Amino acid sequence: MIEIDLDKVTIREFNQQLHDLNGTDKKEAYKIMNPRGKHSVAVGADAPVDITVEGHVGYYCGGMNKHANIDIKGNAGPGVAENIMSGCVRVQGNTSQYAGATGRGGMLVIEGDASSRCGISMKGVDIVVGGSVDNMSAFMGQAGNLVVCGNAGHALGDSLYEVKIYVQGEVKSLGADCVEKEMTEEHVAKLAELLEKAKINADPRKFRRYGSARKLYNFKIDNARLPE
Amino acid sequence: MSDSTDNEHKPQRPLPPLVESFTWNRGTISEIQRAAEEGIYSIRGGGAKRYVPHFDDLLFLGASMSRYALEGYRERCDTDVVLGSRFAKKPLHLDIPITIAGMSFGALSAEAKDSLGRGASMMGTSTTTGDGGMTPEERKSSKTLVYQLLPSRYGMNPDDLRKADAVEVVCGQGAKPGGGGMLLGQKISDRVAEMRTLPKGVDQRSACRHPDWTGPDDLEIKIQELREITDWEKPIYIKVGATRTYYDVKLAVKAGADVIVVDGMQGGTAATQDVFIEQVGIPTMPAVRLAVKALQEMGMHRKVQLIVSGGIRNGSDVAKCMALGADAVSIGMAALYALGCNDPKYDEDYRQLGTRAGFYDAYHEGRCPAGISTQDPELSKRLDPELGGRRIKNLLQTMMLEAQTLARACGKSHLHNLEPEDMVALTVESAAMAGVPLAGTDWIPGNTRY
Ligand SMILES: Cc1cc2nc3c(=O)[nH]c(=O)nc-3n(C[C@H](O)[C@H](O)[C@H](O)COP(=O)(O)O)c2cc1C
Repeated sequence: MIEIDLDKVTIREFNQQLHDLNGTDKKEAYKIMNPRGKHSVAVGADAPVDITVEGHVGYYCGGMNKHANIDIKGNAGPGVAENIMSGCVRVQGNTSQYAGATGRGGMLVIEGDASSRCGISMKGVDIVVGGSVDNMSAFMGQAGNLVVCGNAGHALGDSLYEVKIYVQGEVKSLGADCVEKEMTEEHVAKLAELLEKAKINADPRKFRRYGSARKLYNFKIDNARLPE
Repeated sequence: MSDSTDNEHKPQRPLPPLVESFTWNRGTISEIQRAAEEGIYSIRGGGAKRYVPHFDDLLFLGASMSRYALEGYRERCDTDVVLGSRFAKKPLHLDIPITIAGMSFGALSAEAKDSLGRGASMMGTSTTTGDGGMTPEERKSSKTLVYQLLPSRYGMNPDDLRKADAVEVVCGQGAKPGGGGMLLGQKISDRVAEMRTLPKGVDQRSACRHPDWTGPDDLEIKIQELREITDWEKPIYIKVGATRTYYDVKLAVKAGADVIVVDGMQGGTAATQDVFIEQVGIPTMPAVRLAVKALQEMGMHRKVQLIVSGGIRNGSDVAKCMALGADAVSIGMAALYALGCNDPKYDEDYRQLGTRAGFYDAYHEGRCPAGISTQDPELSKRLDPELGGRRIKNLLQTMMLEAQTLARACGKSHLHNLEPEDMVALTVESAAMAGVPLAGTDWIPGNTRY
């Protein structure tokens, strides 16, 4: 276990230390002390390291992560795990906007609530939220799964492509082209697997599933939203 | 009847001339009728077709009694430029200040991207990816490659980010400031779909705003993240469409850009609404002056480099941009024309598409007879990347020779030594926009507020 005290070590020094392992399979473990809401903590990792962050982080913690497991024992600012490729980022608290934005693989677990635009433009990442998500989550989502154990805000899944959304609680409103879809046994099994992997306790049978109606896939004038 | 007999004896009056309405001309009528039939705006590629004041409205004052000219061919006139010296550990050193603008694989064929890379590399300059990610072909053929970070983030990944020589955060494009990208289903081949994580054949609408930051304060933090991921090595550009250029440039400096790209309204696009191309943004010429003014006021001129694009066609456009204070320019359409877009040798094919060589702009349809704006392998194989590369090299070389000719005539041993004082304007509006005097006067119209 390597302890990094961000009161003494700069973000630059720590990230460089992390990047020096990139492309290797070194399984170092880091404990990050005093993050104090700093931005860009542990971005651009590319090794199977374990990173525990003892506190709150600012913007983009775990950005573009590959292979690393990052456990944030606090809240995370905007864009946590943005464009994550693989590995896992876990937030024990709540997150701000755009959590997991454009993520392409791996998993983001948010034990608390996520703010608006959680999973915006997601491209393959799996996001599991123990609490609720706010407006416009999974906006333009292309691929992957968004699991919400609490409620979802307005315009969930607006302009959705192929993301699968599972919500246990209430959905304030669905966005353009997002519709409720049948929850088959196959989906229950997939959801159970995601919950288990995320170590979030919930009954997959209590969720509803939402996805794209695929009506916006091609420009048709009848799909355009005209002034009323 | 008496009427008819009367008429027979009257001298015949000539038919009145046909008078076309300026407001309701044939183009306007046909567009209205098209709209009435289809119920949707028209989409096309290319840049603005309307007249806007441009660099042709400026002239150089060659040396004579009061200035010394440099000997053409013999005396030195350097052209190199360093981009990204503000923060990046590895700034780009380019031999010429003409770069190839970002055009996506998807909009363009792999062969076209490959050709651009080869040509640019032969001339020691850079090329740029686009809305669709980096292809291994273009990385291989481009000695210096700028990787775009766009709102869509299609194909974005840290490996390509690290493979790139610089990163360009695209906030807008001159053809459509405030608009997102558009790639219609015809062009979403298996490979394009896979690179963008989209189902094949769907019309893709890329976002107009970035997904993980809002406003310049956020952008500053975003740029820090990109610098952290790339260990502060790569220059980071911010690209904006020319609109509120004076303010945008100041904000881009504040957000931490190494290089700012300003793309004027004439700038080309692969596809957008015609109304966007023609009605949004300001021309390239005033945009250069506003950008330079903003940089100068901040004490950042030449420290944060300025790249200008939008309708750059030849060496004189290059020299005029430099004289107004740009560090480099970037070309899109000129490069596509060099590769054979709208070449009369394909006129028969263009006719079959309902147009003619010289008028083709349906890049969004993916049927380009020259194999450039297409994903159809039958068409794209018409473009030989080796030949294409040579044509790009020849164009860049010609542009450089022209720009050097003008610079030497003004007595300048480096293109960057050209200055506004070397030019006059032909029209009142170009004098006001470029901030140089109307020829034969010392009059620069316009207020001094910016
Ligand atoms: C076919 C085509 C595709 C383009 N794709 C992109 C793109 O992906 N990203 C971008 O920032 N600009 C894109 N542009 C705009 C160019 O980067 C550049 O701003 C413009 O072409 C410059 O103006 P010019 O064409 O008059 O030289 C594209 C332009 C064309 C013609």
